[in-house]
Amino acid sequence: MNLFCIGLSHHTANVKTLEQLAGNATAESVKRQAGCAEALLLTTCNRVEVYAVSDKRLSTDEIARCLVGRTNRDVHNYAPPLYRYDDHKCVQHLFRVASGLDSMVVGESEIFGQAKKAYESARTSGAVGPYLHRLFQRAFRVAKQVRTHTEIARGAVSVGSVAVELAQRIFGNLSECKVLMLGAGETSERTARALVSRGVTDLRVSNRSFDRACELAQAVGGRAVPFDEWAVQCREIDILLTSTASETPLLTPDKLAPMVRERLDRPLFIIDIAVPRDVDPGVNELEGVYLYDIDSIRSVAEQSLALRRQQVAAAEAIIANHVTEFVDSISRGLNRLSQAAKHPSLGENPLRASEL
Amino acid sequence: MDRYLLIASTICFLAAVVHTVIELRKGVFRPIRFNFFAIGLGFIFQTGFLWIRGQELERCPITNLFEVFAFLAWSVALVYMLVGPVYRLSLMGAFTAPLVLLLQGFALIAPIDVRHPAQIAANSWLEFHASISLVAYGAFALACIAGVMYLLQERQLKTHQLHSIFYHLPPLTNLFAAITRLLWWGFALYTVGIVSGFFTGHPLPRIQVVAAIALWLLYAAILQARHLKWLAPRRVAALCIIGFSAALALLWGITFSAELHPVP
Repeated sequence: MNLFCIGLSHHTANVKTLEQLAGNATAESVKRQAGCAEALLLTTCNRVEVYAVSDKRLSTDEIARCLVGRTNRDVHNYAPPLYRYDDHKCVQHLFRVASGLDSMVVGESEIFGQAKKAYESARTSGAVGPYLHRLFQRAFRVAKQVRTHTEIARGAVSVGSVAVELAQRIFGNLSECKVLMLGAGETSERTARALVSRGVTDLRVSNRSFDRACELAQAVGGRAVPFDEWAVQCREIDILLTSTASETPLLTPDKLAPMVRERLDRPLFIIDIAVPRDVDPGVNELEGVYLYDIDSIRSVAEQSLALRRQQVAAAEAIIANHVTEFVDSISRGLNRLSQAAKHPSLGENPLRASEL
Repeated sequence: MDRYLLIASTICFLAAVVHTVIELRKGVFRPIRFNFFAIGLGFIFQTGFLWIRGQELERCPITNLFEVFAFLAWSVALVYMLVGPVYRLSLMGAFTAPLVLLLQGFALIAPIDVRHPAQIAANSWLEFHASISLVAYGAFALACIAGVMYLLQERQLKTHQLHSIFYHLPPLTNLFAAITRLLWWGFALYTVGIVSGFFTGHPLPRIQVVAAIALWLLYAAILQARHLKWLAPRRVAALCIIGFSAALALLWGITFSAELHPVP
């Protein structure tokens, strides 16, 4: 039995190349066209990979032809070339992919769901047999173990997720938090949506154009507030999300200090994603005020990524153990298979004998 | 025999501290189960020690500085076991274990386990006064620990430098709620302790009374300022640390003066 993985990922191809290969084939079509015993197709925005098992060795070009499919192009036009992992390297690669170690953002968890979906799809179409079943089940187990036993998925890496993470570290439960969104930028809207998804129910939107504020409030499930009232709102709110096009800071320590004195026991979290900044950096010196501008959010995201990268070695060690164990169990299964072949009276199904 | 139990307990707390340090060095911070079991086991050994010592003395075992420190460490562990689960048991455990280790380690190493030549007569009011005050100290110790956690978390948020521990510390709002509740519990118990001191039937040294009331006033002022929102949470957290340091100094002074001028 030959176990292999052939594909492209963000390491070796640009988005255009990935787009050209994505969506042309299914696990079932690869299995049928290439003559594999089993096949599974993992397609995400960052990778297109075929995991397959075959009795005889199949060439990379044969699989590439299946991937190119109806676009009918010469596979060699796609640079960089497809990579290939065989046997234990394939096992190791899949374990790394499922654990998020091979992702563009190290430790991201989306790939886990995508791999599960790909497995389910291939299983439903009958393209997956006992080999890939066992391989993927083990991959999911390894991914869970890596996430539980390392800090690989710790910390947020996008503006929205950093804002949510910080808000949760300040307030805990966000359902009681009052949020004011000042300005109507795209990032600001995404951040507001992220906060709403984590339980924020009191969201106020203020913009120089009241119509735009109403429109945005409706889109994010908040309520519009006239722009000249935003300073008054600052006395009530817990989180201020600002992204106006103002040339000068709207909020200065002098303006905010009296408000802070009135709310000494309640922290105020300010996310300033405007350029130039809407909030004077000196505001961060005020008691109970936590100001994050786009630079500090980026810095937090980088720290999270650095923290994740520190955990790669620990994750690799977990994966290495599982690869060795998994490959050993396959070898034991194949030995039993060859013994069964010498003694047909045992009458075992080859795939069951290998007990993959 | 009783001393061995205290040593076993100290080893348990040491194990919790070592485990936390190792996890921190690895950049991973998951001392959840291990710390819980280590501290739980340490608490059982502490209780065993106090039980045996109490049987031997035929009274509450707080007759010298060694026993007072052991009892205080037990109170800290007790309050932690009671409130820890509400406020992220694991993390508070990671901060509680070093304090208990310090208290018990000092008690075991320093030559302070001096037995009184004569059996001290049991005085239920005096024993109640001392034990309830020490449990109040346990609550103040936990408030101090929560204060340290608050300042640590607050500092990271202010400076935008987030370390691995940041993701494991409770939110600022929850920590402040924990500090407030622990202060109230400690203050209530300490008030009962001070009042019961006047029923012991013996005149108490004036300096002890003045110092105890000064400490009571300090905590009353912190709580009042918190209630009236005069102080920012960060300052309340810092005052919890100062308050507990003062409490420890007072405890030292009271025990020394009690050893010098024992109550008949």
